Amino acid sequence: MIFSFQLLFEAIVFGILLGCFYAAVSIGLSLAFGLLDVPHVAHPAVLVLGAYCTYLLGSYGWDPILAGLALMPLFFLFGIAMYRFYYETFEKRGTDAGVRGLAFFFGIAFIIEVGLILAFGVDQRMVEAGYIGKSLTLGEMRVPLRMLLAFGIALALTAALTLYLSKTFTGRAIKAVAQDEGALRLMGADPVRIKQWAFGIATAVTAVAGALLIIIGPVEPMLDRVYIGRTFCVVVLAGLGSMTGTLAAGLILGISESIVLMHFGASWAPAVAFGLLLVVLGIRPQGLFGR
Amino acid sequence: MKSFKRRWFLVAGALAIAIGFLAPVAEAQQPIKIGHSMALTGGLGAAGKAALLGLQMWVEDVNAKGGLLGRKVELITYDDQSSPANTPGIYTKLLDVDKVDLLIAPYATVPTGAIMPLVKERGLLLMGNFSFQVNAKAQHDMWFNNAPWHDAASWADNFLAIARKLNLKTVAFLIADQEFAQNLASGAKTIAANMGFKTVYEQVYPPTTVDFSSMIRAIRAAKPDIVYVMSYPNDSVAIVRAVNEIGVGPSVKLIGGGMVGLQAAPVMESLGSMLNGWVNYHSYAPEKTMNFPGVKDFLARYSKRAIEAKVDPLGFYLPPYNYAIGQMIEQAVTATKSLDHKVLAKYFREHEMKTIVGGIRFAPDGEWAKPRVIMVQFRGVVDKNVEQFRQPGKQVIVEPAQYKTGEYIPFDQAHK
Repeated sequence: MIFSFQLLFEAIVFGILLGCFYAAVSIGLSLAFGLLDVPHVAHPAVLVLGAYCTYLLGSYGWDPILAGLALMPLFFLFGIAMYRFYYETFEKRGTDAGVRGLAFFFGIAFIIEVGLILAFGVDQRMVEAGYIGKSLTLGEMRVPLRMLLAFGIALALTAALTLYLSKTFTGRAIKAVAQDEGALRLMGADPVRIKQWAFGIATAVTAVAGALLIIIGPVEPMLDRVYIGRTFCVVVLAGLGSMTGTLAAGLILGISESIVLMHFGASWAPAVAFGLLLVVLGIRPQGLFGR
Repeated sequence: MKSFKRRWFLVAGALAIAIGFLAPVAEAQQPIKIGHSMALTGGLGAAGKAALLGLQMWVEDVNAKGGLLGRKVELITYDDQSSPANTPGIYTKLLDVDKVDLLIAPYATVPTGAIMPLVKERGLLLMGNFSFQVNAKAQHDMWFNNAPWHDAASWADNFLAIARKLNLKTVAFLIADQEFAQNLASGAKTIAANMGFKTVYEQVYPPTTVDFSSMIRAIRAAKPDIVYVMSYPNDSVAIVRAVNEIGVGPSVKLIGGGMVGLQAAPVMESLGSMLNGWVNYHSYAPEKTMNFPGVKDFLARYSKRAIEAKVDPLGFYLPPYNYAIGQMIEQAVTATKSLDHKVLAKYFREHEMKTIVGGIRFAPDGEWAKPRVIMVQFRGVVDKNVEQFRQPGKQVIVEPAQYKTGEYIPFDQAHK
């Protein structure tokens, strides 16, 4: 393998960009699984659904990012409906909601996969935009614009969610429901409605992340299976429910993958990422930023 | 009582005679069942659906002519989801439950590899469907592949021949961690070494790789003359994009070679001008040297059907070769008047098969005796136009000499 400090520097830069992309596609899960404790294994499938909806709007001339933003209200409603169904059918009924809920969200994921196959076929789908396939030249280095976009969107989503969760009443209520549902009820707030709202936000955020997914590369209906490990890895590594932690965990994963890939071999990259997760969990079971 | 018994025997006897007469008629009307699995979902699904349309068109054509041996042909298809875990079960069901008469292999190497032990153990004829070297280890003497290649040399020779003519010296390998790519790579590396090329970079990447920027940057730093890429569809797209964004540097004169997916119309249309200069293997290109009898007519009919079926509108890669599987079965069954697997296998071994992809003779291992892996170079491709690929000149054949329709232009010049 080739080594130079210039290459190492570039590996770190590409790793930061890749890590931001990982954070962006995981942040919705951080909210749904990390804060609300909902076993949302359908998150990557919703992500792919967001990518296909972006593709659909793109075929009418919409810019992918604008399409992702425009899809947010629809996905918010979809998230509310999904949580309400989950709550009424599983969570409300008993203590084994987690296990049965897992089956429910797996079911949702399969339905989304099959629905996408029926609607769009199994061909790969891509979008076109001025910033796809182009790069920004910085000295000797050329940085893909689509990765810079992932960087910007990940930062924006993290900042927006962090501010929302810490500065608004509903945001603080979402954090409170994660800590003590009973206490929140005593304060006069309805934890179910708060969780429903939060799940809606998590799903809405996933619409933008889905747009990012199809900007980064082609999508096909079963792409969710590639992302299920990575997104859960980022969320658990971060410490459940931490938004800034999700960004940091995404960066750690991206940088370690990029350095390993460039200097030691791509086959080692996933092993190193998941090895890192095991080490962190061994030392800090609550994750890097969890309390 | 006696007369009642006699009457009963008479009725029973008449029924038995009637059944005896009718049975051969009923059997004659039973369709000939041809069973296979196809990747209709999963990573290979896009190509698999187009391939299935090609096969279905043959079934319709042969049935319109009255079928085979006076019997209609019925195709039994199951979706293997591109997974080798599913194919052994599917083929057991095809044999033991559906009781098929003949078998066609699944599309692609990995799903086919999983059924080779079963087929060999039962001594069955198997028509291969674009697999690569699955019979190298199994050594099954009743295997006949429709793919126009043989071993790794039949792929790598033509790609590296371009490099040799340009007097290039160094090579970088970018290889998917996947059976097809690994098989191709092991052969290609040996051939490259034998031809005197020095390997300056080699990267085997896992199929879950999201972004290739880091790898392309590392290749750029290694300054190779040749970049030999062996990738699967999603990776192929990501690699072409990453090269367009990051650049591989002026040293690279030849790039591509073994990229699955760049033959598909939606991919070609979407990548558009980014493809210019890339060289890749192909099974068919609409160039004058590939005008085999019947292929143009087939593709014209296929294009109309492809729109309804929402599959690859061009259908150059797999559909004609899947239609050819049907034609080969038709020729062998008609000539031998038999469905016996051993009789048919003997016929395949001894005769030239006449198909819309040209005449095919099989080597003893069931692969093409004269492989025909063409290397095409994308040229003058514009964005957002799938129809351009129907015309000659967009995928110029640069190797082998027999099918060549243009001289190779080095990547740095053709990519501009």
